[in-house]
Amino acid sequence: MSDQEYVPKSKFGKWFNDRLPLLSLANHLTDYPTPKNLNYWWTFGGILTFCLITQIVTGLTLAMHYIAHSDLAFGSVEHIMRDVNYGWLIRYVHANGASMFFLAVYIHIFRALYYGSYKAPREVIWIIGMIIYFLMMATAFMGYVLPWGQMSFWGATVITNLFSAIPFVGEGIVSWLWGGFAVDNPTLTRFYSLHYLLPFLILGLVVLHIWALHVPGNNNPIGINIKKPSKDTVPFHPYIVIKDAFALLMFLIVFAFFVFYSPNILGHADNYIEANPMVTPAHIVPEWYLLPFYAILRSVPDKLFGVIAMFAAIFVLVILPWLDTSKIRSAVFRPLYKQFYWILVIDVLVLGYVGAMPAEGLYLLIARVATAYYFLHFLIILPVLGYKEKTIPLPLSITEPVLGGFPNPSTVKKKESLN
Amino acid sequence: MTKKSPKRREFLFTASYAVGAVGVGAVVWPLIDQMNPDASVKALASTEVDVSSVEPGKTITVLWRGKPVFIKRRTPEEIQEARNVKLEDLPHPEKDEDRAKNPEWLVMLGICTHLGCVPLNDKGDYNGWFCPCHGSHYDTSGRIRKGPAPTNMEVPKYEFVNSNTIKIG
Repeated sequence: MSDQEYVPKSKFGKWFNDRLPLLSLANHLTDYPTPKNLNYWWTFGGILTFCLITQIVTGLTLAMHYIAHSDLAFGSVEHIMRDVNYGWLIRYVHANGASMFFLAVYIHIFRALYYGSYKAPREVIWIIGMIIYFLMMATAFMGYVLPWGQMSFWGATVITNLFSAIPFVGEGIVSWLWGGFAVDNPTLTRFYSLHYLLPFLILGLVVLHIWALHVPGNNNPIGINIKKPSKDTVPFHPYIVIKDAFALLMFLIVFAFFVFYSPNILGHADNYIEANPMVTPAHIVPEWYLLPFYAILRSVPDKLFGVIAMFAAIFVLVILPWLDTSKIRSAVFRPLYKQFYWILVIDVLVLGYVGAMPAEGLYLLIARVATAYYFLHFLIILPVLGYKEKTIPLPLSITEPVLGGFPNPSTVKKKESLN
Repeated sequence: MTKKSPKRREFLFTASYAVGAVGVGAVVWPLIDQMNPDASVKALASTEVDVSSVEPGKTITVLWRGKPVFIKRRTPEEIQEARNVKLEDLPHPEKDEDRAKNPEWLVMLGICTHLGCVPLNDKGDYNGWFCPCHGSHYDTSGRIRKGPAPTNMEVPKYEFVNSNTIKIG
């Protein structure tokens, strides 16, 4: 890496740093050379760190009042809402914070897809990110069970039953997950234990994610390799810190809007009814951030293959660095990929929409087409596109298109259209 | 000596790994098995239900092992409908005679075999049950006829203790 030998100024600092190089680490993080053309789509890493810490802090405080027992959980959540000082605020921040976390992570993932951030030499960053994403879904799902409302109970029933699709051992696995013959108190207490554990695993993986990022350094909007440090980079502090801070403030406006003006709009009214194992709500829908996968699950008429398709939808993302055969990272220089990218975005939004609708008639047909296209994009279009696509020549550096020559036709075109 | 000693070493390594793996397995198993249904859960194995007040055509739902159980007193027409179905028309062929020993009483777990929702009584295209979650239709014998559920609703072990009481489990 590009760090120069760092020597702390104070005598104590030097003494300490020789024994535990924390100051060297702090110096690396402040001086870390960052591409100077990073746009606002690159601020979501910082926003996500903020989201994780918010969830951990609000979660720790909620845990001081919540009771994980099937007879008491629902009441204890209402106790938090009505009696605990600022309990309503902490719970609404935690509940909406999960949605904000997913909103940010989806933007973060789609940014990586657009600018090819998953490609060599950043495959490990990407895979760690996908593991984090998967753990986030598991954590969110188990957290949603804790209030022990109708959606909690039946969501838990439907999702744990997915495992019963596994031949031979499925039923045994489900009963092991439940700790009984149905979702009940043993299920609630273990979900609580794991819901408490997983965020700290995520935190550890975030450290690895950032560590792996700091080896090759950030990708950038034009996706070329840059020399670090050079004219193409700026130090992380203060340039990126202040940009991230501004973006975080903007994000917090959205966050605060949900918390203070429509705290329940992303939830389901059914979850304010206590869990009842005798009655299933008329329409079971997962939280919005799981809807595309739910649509894929339901679009397959066979139980086992539906479950396989759903997990495969996540798995194709994990192996994406090897499915995308193009050496060019940024979609800016890939005219065809850019179009397919936006079709994929629409496809995922459509899957999310039909996931919330009943699985019948036209909705089911749309879900099937969208599911087929999702896999088509990753398994056929991306591998073929790498060989067939005629890409636009890359600039030699970040500064080149700005300071001289305009070797990049798209930049030239833009200039002309401005005149 | 030089030829013999690496082999001896490899054997010792392999033997140590093997013993170590058994030890790790022995330690991990209790940590995994503690999640399986415990003694108190298993102890609630059977439930007795008084069915004397159930009118023909009505269904009652009782809780057994935390799961809903449908007890339906079928009308002669419903029995007729269930018994007239050809086995070839069934995704999961089972005779109604085998599912309801006493044709008037159908006892089964009220759990959709797709993903575990509770189906609604007297709904669906086959006058039996309809699962609102993902649209599975069951007939008057609780057999799957249409939709994503792979099998018929399960008939638990039960017996008539006397003419008014059913013991489930």
